[in-house]
Amino acid sequence: MSLIEARNLTIRHGGAPVLAHVDFAISQGEIVTVVGPNGSGKSTLLRALLGIQSLSEGRVMRKAGLRIGYVPQRLHVDPALPITVRRFLSLPDRVDDHAAAEALARTGVAELGGRQMVGLSGGQFQRVLLARALLSRPEILVLDEPTQGLDQPGVAAFYKLIEEVRRDIGCAVLLVSHDLHVVMSASDRVICLNGHVCCEGTPRVVSNAPEYRALFGLGTGGALALYQHVHDHDHDGHDHAHHHSQRAADA
Amino acid sequence: MLDDFLVRAALAGLAVACATGPLGCFVVWRRMAYFGDATAHAAILGVALALAFSTSIYAGTLVVALLMALTVASLAGRGWAMDTTLGVLAHSALAFGLVAVSFIPGVRVDLSAYLFGDILAVSRMDLAVIAGGAAAVVALLVWRWRGLLTATLSEDLAHASGINPGRERLVLTVALALVVAVAIKVVGALLIAAMLIVPAATARSLARTPEAMAVLAVLIGGLAVLGGLQASLHWDTPAGPSIVALAATLFAVSVPVAGMLRR
Repeated sequence: MSLIEARNLTIRHGGAPVLAHVDFAISQGEIVTVVGPNGSGKSTLLRALLGIQSLSEGRVMRKAGLRIGYVPQRLHVDPALPITVRRFLSLPDRVDDHAAAEALARTGVAELGGRQMVGLSGGQFQRVLLARALLSRPEILVLDEPTQGLDQPGVAAFYKLIEEVRRDIGCAVLLVSHDLHVVMSASDRVICLNGHVCCEGTPRVVSNAPEYRALFGLGTGGALALYQHVHDHDHDGHDHAHHHSQRAADA
Repeated sequence: MLDDFLVRAALAGLAVACATGPLGCFVVWRRMAYFGDATAHAAILGVALALAFSTSIYAGTLVVALLMALTVASLAGRGWAMDTTLGVLAHSALAFGLVAVSFIPGVRVDLSAYLFGDILAVSRMDLAVIAGGAAAVVALLVWRWRGLLTATLSEDLAHASGINPGRERLVLTVALALVVAVAIKVVGALLIAAMLIVPAATARSLARTPEAMAVLAVLIGGLAVLGGLQASLHWDTPAGPSIVALAATLFAVSVPVAGMLRR
């Protein structure tokens, strides 16, 4: 059965719907990537699935007692708040030193326990957030744009890490990304969102193709893949597929 | 021992420092400095109303401070421009309070006692109220610490962990109103915000964890209270401002000290 399932999910912020009639389900061990342009309702969808956002219509079902590991989007730690990585891991629930060290080691930042959160680089910060999410022994990891602000090798390394973690603990992964074309190659499904589900499919793993190497170089080790959008409808008179290919050309 | 007015003053000051230390940390972390100011200024209106209806000053300030804090918190929730809203509310409450006091017939009120505090006039009864209020604030913060800290770091993270950030905000709002009510006698409405912010800001550069910062803020606040009282006796200066002035001096000293410690 599904860990989280949504039916006919509709959310309005004062009249205009942010999300309309979205059906969604994720099962055990599955990796699902949700992509979409800014303002397409990706974060709202995540928040609705987590139960943070109230629904205008439809319903969300979560498996009873589901353990969720949540990695929020761009957490800002105020410089006025002194907090070490070790102390951060014990929020909100205290964890023992052994578990904390193990989680940090698993995400490749074993040496950071004594450092201040404010002083971490973007990549280190994401790994600490992931370590904290792992401490609840999650059945599903939910990540909201975890690779924002990372360079491409950084993104590839982070995706590879998530893949490893998934293999080790067997959790499902629900990941939101604003990158419409380059997704985690291990994704079982990619969902393109723009107020509604535009299209859904599997990423094209093309790591051996010369075009791939031209795009990503050799340093990304096959962690990235391309997602080909298949859109059969227009938005506001603009052809959606056209919009996408234009973005790719810009990039 | 409690017969000595100086002992009572010191104990009252220390009690206030115990509450303002940890609460001040949240005020600093969440950038609520102006929020504290608005709540404290509203207390003058509470004093006026308490005098008009001949009720306890503490009850009057508590009620008005609480109303002010709740108003501001609900406006913030609706996305008002906080800077302007607080500026309007804080100073209007102060002005209305001052005007209202002048209407009270037959009472010659020494307003400066409420604006700047009158710590040397703390009675046994005052001391009991101040200590009780401070203890309530500390107990409230210790009880909710986990949730307060998580919600301060990230509301989304709190939500996902089953913590309601709105409830934690309410806890801080209530704690703030309580602190204003008990501190008005000690440092006065105009300087309560200073007692919240200055010790916490001083502790920031010396602490590595939130808990250490809260404890350090209490110690620094306590030091400022005792030293400020001494100074006020020695040089015959007003007690409340002397306490805050010493706290500010400690802050100024802490900056280079922290710099040297880090090296």
